[in-house]
Amino acid sequence: MRYRLTVYLVAAAFVIVFAGGYLIAAENEQVIKITAKRFEYSPKEITVKKGVPVVLEFTSLDRLHGFDCPALKIRTDIRPGQVSTVRFVPDKVGTYLFHCDNFCGTGHEGMRGTIKVVE
Amino acid sequence: MKIDRRDFLKLTGIGGVVFASGLGGPYHKAGAAASGGNDFFFLQLSDTHWGFTGPAINPDSVGTLRKAVAAVNGLKEQPDFIMFTGDLTHVTDDDKERRARLAGFRDIVKDLKVKDVRFMPGEHDAGLDEGEAFKEFFRETHYTFDHKGIHFIVLDNVSDPKSVIGQTQMEWLRADLKPRDKDAPIVVFTHRPLFDLYPDWDWYTRDGAQVIEMLMPYSTVTVFYGHIHQEHHRKTGHIDHHAAKGLMYPLPAPGSVPVKNPIPWDASRPYRGLGFRGVNVKAREPKLAISEYSVKGERL
Repeated sequence: MRYRLTVYLVAAAFVIVFAGGYLIAAENEQVIKITAKRFEYSPKEITVKKGVPVVLEFTSLDRLHGFDCPALKIRTDIRPGQVSTVRFVPDKVGTYLFHCDNFCGTGHEGMRGTIKVVE
Repeated sequence: MKIDRRDFLKLTGIGGVVFASGLGGPYHKAGAAASGGNDFFFLQLSDTHWGFTGPAINPDSVGTLRKAVAAVNGLKEQPDFIMFTGDLTHVTDDDKERRARLAGFRDIVKDLKVKDVRFMPGEHDAGLDEGEAFKEFFRETHYTFDHKGIHFIVLDNVSDPKSVIGQTQMEWLRADLKPRDKDAPIVVFTHRPLFDLYPDWDWYTRDGAQVIEMLMPYSTVTVFYGHIHQEHHRKTGHIDHHAAKGLMYPLPAPGSVPVKNPIPWDASRPYRGLGFRGVNVKAREPKLAISEYSVKGERL
């Protein structure tokens, strides 16, 4: 009986520690929803805080697009009907270009934006 | 023989300043070329963007390609062949219009006196329909051919909208290279740069590094590409990469401005930044000799 109680207590402690930790992390994340359509992102200017984890959630409103930010080494395909998620922790202050890297038509080369990392 | 990539030389008997490309032994095998009989000359034309309109960028958008064709026809020395390295047409979202532009381009270049003319697509031609319309007019998007002892490989890094070469083509390339001598002279044509020239402007090929790695064991490899609408020279290891000017509008130097946009027309210097390229292959030279021409055919 005492053994079983100990097991329950240890398991409960794990749940509290890990779930709690996750919740704390989730609270600290900067979650930004971005839509992509020919030939723009919305928003196209994103500001995030250095050192705070970022989650970018992309959805496409029309066709396959891409998101590529070479300076921050993050990219994803953005497909219609699904959410594409990119996670990163910005570690340097600055303004970084991103662009669509899946050729999408006449305005493809103008489909771009910036991520501004601030203190 | 090690040369600096900025090593310029004068080509005896031809004149003009040219860029030299290539390492290792002569581009021709000594035996076949001892007499110089296998010397030849080819042209690279690129980024003609037929169908583009924008008077502030190119008020002669309808006439520029025709002028280039006339200039090529007027060259004293005619090339053995001409290679168009993609973006033959300017992108359109309309499938019918895309075909009309491809037909328009084809009808203009029919006037070239040289009949050995080869084509490959850029993303403007093939990125929206995976090369379907391009193939109707110009057949394959990737292929090889041999000319006077040199093996030419045309790679397609645009028909997949992700601008990748892809595993299927990669395997095809591996099989093509496998039986070749390590000192076999090889010239590769692509539309986009295989290396990371400037990723912020999409000037790279996502899986280009794999191709470069595949080519590295071969001692005499040169890559000619387009896409960036300007002359540019870079080495990855011993492999030379040369970008050609376009024939519709120039683009700024990599990273020189925050945003990549076509350079506006300069009325005081019309057609500035546009042109085409000649490549001399000489039996006794260890390098390909590159020369640049204006739209009107003047040696630059």
